[in-house]
Amino acid sequence: MTALQVLFYAFAALALVSALGMLFNVRNAVAAAMSLVVTMVSLAGIYVLLEAHLVAAIQIIVYAGAIVVLFLFVVMLLNLRADEFAPGRQWPTKTAALLLVVAAGAHLVRIVSAELPEPAVPPAGFGGYALLGIALYTDYVLLVEMASLLLLAAIVGAVILAKRKLD
Amino acid sequence: MVPISHVIGLSALLFMIGVAGVATRRNLIVVLMSIELMLNAVNLAFLGFNRMWADVDAVHRYDGQVFVLMVITVAAAEVAVGLGIVISMFRNRDSVNLEDVSLLKW
Amino acid sequence: MTETQLLRWIVLLPLLAAVYHGVAIGVARRASDRRLVVAISCGAVIGTFVLACVALGKLVQIPRGPTRVLVDDVYTWIGAGVSSTRFSAELGFQVDPLSMTMLLIVSFVGSLIHVYSVGYMDDDHREDKGFQRFFCYMNLFMFSMLVLILADNVVLMFLGWEGVGLCSYLLIGFWYADRHNAYCGAKAFIVNRVGDFAFLIGIFLLFATLARAGTPVTAFRDIQAAFEGIRAATVAVPAWLPWGPAWPVVEVVALCFFIGACGKSAQLPLYVWLPDAMAGPTPVSALIHAATMVTAGVYMVCRLSFLFAAAPAASAVVAWTGGLTAVFAATIAIAQTDIKKVLAYSTVSQLGLMFLAAGCGGYGAAIFHLGTHAFFKALLFLAAGAVILAMHHEQDVRRMGGLRRRIKSTHLVFLIGVLAIIGAPGLSGFFSKDEILVWATRAPGGPWLYWIAVGTAGLTAFYMVRLYCLTFLGECRAPASVKEQIHEVGPWMLVPLFALAFFAVFSGYAGLPAVWGEELFGMDDSDSLGRFLAPVLAKVQGPQLEHSDEMRMAGTAVLVAGAGTLLAWLCYVRRPELPGRIAAAFAGAHRALLNKYWIDELYDALLVRPLVAFSDRVLFRLVDAGLVDGVLVNGTARSVRALASHGLKYAQSGLAQSYVFFMIAGAAALVGWLLR
Repeated sequence: MTALQVLFYAFAALALVSALGMLFNVRNAVAAAMSLVVTMVSLAGIYVLLEAHLVAAIQIIVYAGAIVVLFLFVVMLLNLRADEFAPGRQWPTKTAALLLVVAAGAHLVRIVSAELPEPAVPPAGFGGYALLGIALYTDYVLLVEMASLLLLAAIVGAVILAKRKLD
Repeated sequence: MVPISHVIGLSALLFMIGVAGVATRRNLIVVLMSIELMLNAVNLAFLGFNRMWADVDAVHRYDGQVFVLMVITVAAAEVAVGLGIVISMFRNRDSVNLEDVSLLKW
Repeated sequence: MTETQLLRWIVLLPLLAAVYHGVAIGVARRASDRRLVVAISCGAVIGTFVLACVALGKLVQIPRGPTRVLVDDVYTWIGAGVSSTRFSAELGFQVDPLSMTMLLIVSFVGSLIHVYSVGYMDDDHREDKGFQRFFCYMNLFMFSMLVLILADNVVLMFLGWEGVGLCSYLLIGFWYADRHNAYCGAKAFIVNRVGDFAFLIGIFLLFATLARAGTPVTAFRDIQAAFEGIRAATVAVPAWLPWGPAWPVVEVVALCFFIGACGKSAQLPLYVWLPDAMAGPTPVSALIHAATMVTAGVYMVCRLSFLFAAAPAASAVVAWTGGLTAVFAATIAIAQTDIKKVLAYSTVSQLGLMFLAAGCGGYGAAIFHLGTHAFFKALLFLAAGAVILAMHHEQDVRRMGGLRRRIKSTHLVFLIGVLAIIGAPGLSGFFSKDEILVWATRAPGGPWLYWIAVGTAGLTAFYMVRLYCLTFLGECRAPASVKEQIHEVGPWMLVPLFALAFFAVFSGYAGLPAVWGEELFGMDDSDSLGRFLAPVLAKVQGPQLEHSDEMRMAGTAVLVAGAGTLLAWLCYVRRPELPGRIAAAFAGAHRALLNKYWIDELYDALLVRPLVAFSDRVLFRLVDAGLVDGVLVNGTARSVRALASHGLKYAQSGLAQSYVFFMIAGAAALVGWLLR
């Protein structure tokens, strides 16, 4: 096992554990958000291992650094109490959930043992900001424009939604 | 490097954990966080496949990464608006419990 | 055979008039000027008569024989199938001597009655649009009757057959505000329908047999040409029926057609509608129920004479039904007190005599009597109408009497009609009835039918003279208010009456039987009508009687009629108390006659009431309201509602997470299926 592989499995395990931590952490919403941050950072590490360097950087800056912080802002603003799990509606839901888990597990096994082609040798500069930037602003420029429009709409929407009523 | 199927398997697992969070937690903010987890899992899958097809022709070489960037953008926008909704909801009902907003019923 | 477009105009003129009236009433919603209505209606029918005379001129130019036919093929009305299984009914008309005779009678008598109706219906101001509506229906009737007569195939004839039935319904129930009239109209139509059903079965069977023999034709000419091919055909019947497991098709078809004729021409057992049809206006009774519609059955039998001549069993049924109906109706007539009802039963009786002749093979004699009967029966009905109007709508003869001096013209024509119908020597009825009696000697089953016919003649004389005496002779038994107002009717009504009276006297000479022609006038071939019709009707071996025998039979008939007359005069003029004493002595019989043998009540109990009860309790309440409405329609709605409101609505819980749960489950199933 090369070092990269060990690194991958380590990051994977970290991501999983913190995801589960977010899921099962009912007492404290802040703790849940913290678990989410850990998940995102470990995912960023895996992105680096997958030669997607720019994306990894953006993941940390935007996702872990802005989005989850936003979550934390709101949690602390609202000063929430402890949550609990939704009451399972007795045995129909529990059996359905169990079946789903079993089926999911079977599919997971299939996915993991699938024969996918060997990952090819990436060209130089793959995933770096230069080549990805060129691709973004030549082949995918329309997507970039659309994304900017979407962000504009989100800004306007968020401002309006969170305004206090003027009366 | 690990077989890409392991990457996809990790993505699937994270996705399922996100789904479980959306289906079971009652706190709206935690539900939104689970949705973020699902989006992240999807990003991982995109990047895994992008790495697999790294030697494809230049036009499509960065499809996966560009799309991940778009997903991150959308996630940001969605979180902004969604948390705006959470704040409005809290202002009206003084709670972010999903079971308190079930007026559209029979 | 000559092609001519004249024929379609003969049929179209009354139709156009009827359409005009219909549109005027329906669209304009205001009755047209009465003079315009009269001009259009009477003009159309008189125009038809004129065209018929023109057609007669054309027809006689063709030499005597089977080619003496005028044809007019308009277009193919129904065409289905190909080659050997092709069914096609043409809209085509033909005029051969038989239909020419009928055409002349129908159009002439129809014209006279239309003119008479102008005077009769003008009296009726009950309804503003009634005048125009009446003529609309009358014209429609003329159209249907002409289609029936001139049709060159069975299907088109059936169209006319149904059309006259419809118009009969419309006209009987003309004053529909009175529920009884509507009931009588419906009764006529429904009883007709029973006969029509048998008619249809006959048509179907005939066509099926012809098609199986390779000649799928519907036109009369073609059927007659292809007749030899189906003469021996049989139809399979259940083995337990008499006369074996197969019946000759010819017999069955002839029988079915005759049942249809029974319905239309009011023979046993389907005669019950005719007396009730007297609820309609008197011109209607004269036209439809004396001269034209009821004779359609006789015409149909004679049109298909080749069929009946080859079906001895069916012909026997025809003859015996006719004879029994004749005497049956005559017995009822002697006790009736409504002037129109007596004439109605008399019509039934005379039609019976026509069928008797036709059943014995005397098709020409039947048509001859049809013609003379059309004249004198229409005359009698119209004169009765004049009497009714004079007596201010009084129809009960017990409240009439002594009208001889008060309404002289009406009296004169009525007397002529009575003399014609009882067979006074020299008048038309004498000759035509004699012909029937001659043919009756050839009746199947021995001389019974002959003596039945003679007896009917005696009864006819009795009740007609009775009617005459009660109406016109003796003291006037009407209340004083009516007595003062008795007046003669106007010229619109008198002119047709005199015209009909003329023909009632002299029409017999058109078909003067050979015996009289030779003995009295030294003519060799006096029977013009017979010779005119001969190529068309089936040739049946006539009774070979010596002239002396025939004259003796005629003398017998005159004696019997005379006896009936004398008896009636005795009972109703000389000794008026006699009828009361006889009725009291035979109270049971008298009550039976007065109540028409309770046949109507019998039908009501046996057929009408069970059917109505079945329709109401089973078909309406169970099937329609219960099954269709309750289960299928309302039940479906109710179950959908129950399903939705007690089942499906719980899916709308308002909880976002249960929705998410279902979404996830669905997506998982889908993914699982795709990844299988």
